[in-house]
Amino acid sequence: MDTVLLQLDAFLSRPFQGDDSGLWYVLMAFSVALPCSLLGCFLLLRRMALVGDAISHSVLPGIVIAYLIVKDLSSPWLLFGAGATGMLVTVLIEMIHSKTRVKQDAAIGISFTTLFALGILLVSLFTRNDHIDADCIISGELTHIIYYEALELFGKEVPMPLITSTIVAIGAIGAIIVFYRLLMLSSFDAGLTASFGINPKVVHYLLMAVLSLVVVTSFRAVGAILVIALLIIPAASAYLCTHRLKTMLLLSGIHSAISSLAAMYIYVNFECSIASAMVVAGLLLFIVAWLFGPVDGLVWKWKRRYFRSESYDYGEVDH
Amino acid sequence: MIIDTLALTLIHKALLASALLGLMCGVLGTFVVVRRISLVGDAISHAVLPGVVLGFVISSQLGDPRNPWIIFGSATIVGLISMIVVRQIIATTRLKADAALGIVLSGFFGIGLFMKRSMLDLMDSAGGLDSFLFGNMATISETDLQAVVIVGVVLTTLVLLLMRPFILVSFDSLFAETLGYPVKLLNLVFYTLLTITIVVSLQAVGVVLVSAMLIIPAATAYLLTDRKIHMMLLSMFFGAGAGVSGSFISASVSSANIANGAAMTLVAASFFFITCLLAPRHGIVAKWLKSKRQRHKVTTENALKAIYKLVEPTGDPRSAITINDYQTERRLETAEAKLQLKALKQQQHIEYLDKQQLTLTPDGLKVAQTVVRNHRLWELYLTSQANYQADHVHDDAELIEHLLDEETVRQLEAELNFPTTDPHGMPIPRPEAS
Repeated sequence: MDTVLLQLDAFLSRPFQGDDSGLWYVLMAFSVALPCSLLGCFLLLRRMALVGDAISHSVLPGIVIAYLIVKDLSSPWLLFGAGATGMLVTVLIEMIHSKTRVKQDAAIGISFTTLFALGILLVSLFTRNDHIDADCIISGELTHIIYYEALELFGKEVPMPLITSTIVAIGAIGAIIVFYRLLMLSSFDAGLTASFGINPKVVHYLLMAVLSLVVVTSFRAVGAILVIALLIIPAASAYLCTHRLKTMLLLSGIHSAISSLAAMYIYVNFECSIASAMVVAGLLLFIVAWLFGPVDGLVWKWKRRYFRSESYDYGEVDH
Repeated sequence: MIIDTLALTLIHKALLASALLGLMCGVLGTFVVVRRISLVGDAISHAVLPGVVLGFVISSQLGDPRNPWIIFGSATIVGLISMIVVRQIIATTRLKADAALGIVLSGFFGIGLFMKRSMLDLMDSAGGLDSFLFGNMATISETDLQAVVIVGVVLTTLVLLLMRPFILVSFDSLFAETLGYPVKLLNLVFYTLLTITIVVSLQAVGVVLVSAMLIIPAATAYLLTDRKIHMMLLSMFFGAGAGVSGSFISASVSSANIANGAAMTLVAASFFFITCLLAPRHGIVAKWLKSKRQRHKVTTENALKAIYKLVEPTGDPRSAITINDYQTERRLETAEAKLQLKALKQQQHIEYLDKQQLTLTPDGLKVAQTVVRNHRLWELYLTSQANYQADHVHDDAELIEHLLDEETVRQLEAELNFPTTDPHGMPIPRPEAS
């Protein structure tokens, strides 16, 4: 019995042995995943999941251009550059969609691939020996945060990227709380929002601006592609469990916390990147929600169907 | 094989492969754009990653480190599985297509990255795996090229053979079903072909930019034509063009290591944006010119109509009016009235008798009569055929008078039995009689 407990203890403490880096990884993962999961709820309700995808790819040229100007990967100007191209892609999608006969799905595809290609081109032309490399763009390198300079806080050496992402997370959550009613209203009924004298377009671009900021902060940790997982998978899992937006936001946040922590265990046991571990953990939670979610759970549906067919089993029903 | 005997250099191989990929993506992309499933292509290209990793592992275990057939095969199977998962999510939950695609795209890709790292020691050459993520022409071997050629030829032939049913299913699957086409089977074949195209292109273009090669050439073609067969040919042309020139650029700029996929995408995108501006019918410039011409036409016709209404009571349509009359009739500032009349003079619709007096030219009279006739015919049509009240028809007619063509007018006249007066009792002029 004691050996089992000892093994469990060893397993549980394994990611956090040695220095503080394990703690920083979990906090970094959580500070990135939390604002993503909350914004993802609104994206999901607005049926804009793939716009999140488009933005997460389009921030690349912005980051590269800003980096080429300031030559410092931790500079806040990178956020501005990325935010600018993130907004640019939403404008570009809207323009192609409204000015030509090309439909919205194709407009999204054209806009973000073009900007992403531009980013890749800039990377390969100008930054060959610098920190931005292709691998980092695709899957991110969360573990690199401990190589950045650190700030002394509460007697610990806190890495700078963690501080930046925490500030962005607090800002994003603050924005969601302040504009909660507006976001909720415009997500469900744009017409009603307009009748209250608030332009839904303004809300839309506000959301896109916050999203761009959050996405670019996550970019360094999880790369361009897995950001969508952080945006959509928690929100979708929560959506399968409830009909209420507040509950959905809460569940989505809990999902991001569990998957950031679980990711550490997957990371130390399978030697994969933390980002992909977060996605795998999140996906497992999604499958649980898909099967057992109180609203949409497959198991409840099967059960209901089974009992119904049993109680009404009077042979062929005549219509 | 013929390719062995040709002793191709690296650049020739790259050009051949990218031309073929461009053609394939162009063909399938046409359907992707028409069916509005552009983002499905994006989802598949990411979701096949676990299959690619598995293919590398299997072929390494079989002792043939990079067998393209095993890799293509397992990737295609995983791609199809991902589409089934998307369908299941949409069918069994309240989640919509965009969320389902987002989950599968990022989830499968995450699993792929996870497998890539944790199965590293099961693979002989993990370096080759990276070219599937980012696209790299240089890693395409002779066997890869053979596979690409064979797949490309088979696939293009299949699509051309199945063209009619594919087009029908893309536009109206219900109608196709009533005609007796096996719609589900056709869709399965279509998604299989799409997945194969994506898998084969991955190695050259990379995960993200495959969807660019699928969508952008086809969307460019879509701006240029309304006929699906033309669209497909143009899309193949743009795809191959972007493929060849992209890989040529990336191979010839040796100072920088420009990714092949990025170069292709940017070439394709420049085709698209140029076409957006300059396409003969659907281009932005063409549309702008058309709307400008239309605005000009409406202004001219409204001015001539006002003059006609002034001279109509006198019985002689060529009788003279003054600038002042026109200004009062249209309730304009003096300067604006003069400006409008100057424009009419330039088009020789009116001529001045002296400084103040002016009259319609035969040309101007004809235009004026046509517009007034259209207006009154339409009013009559609305009151007699559509049961409108006589005092409700003016605003409608005010808009349609500029748009009716001669053929429609003939039909209206025949329908209304060649009327002479409108519902308000005003005579309907006959421009050709004068």
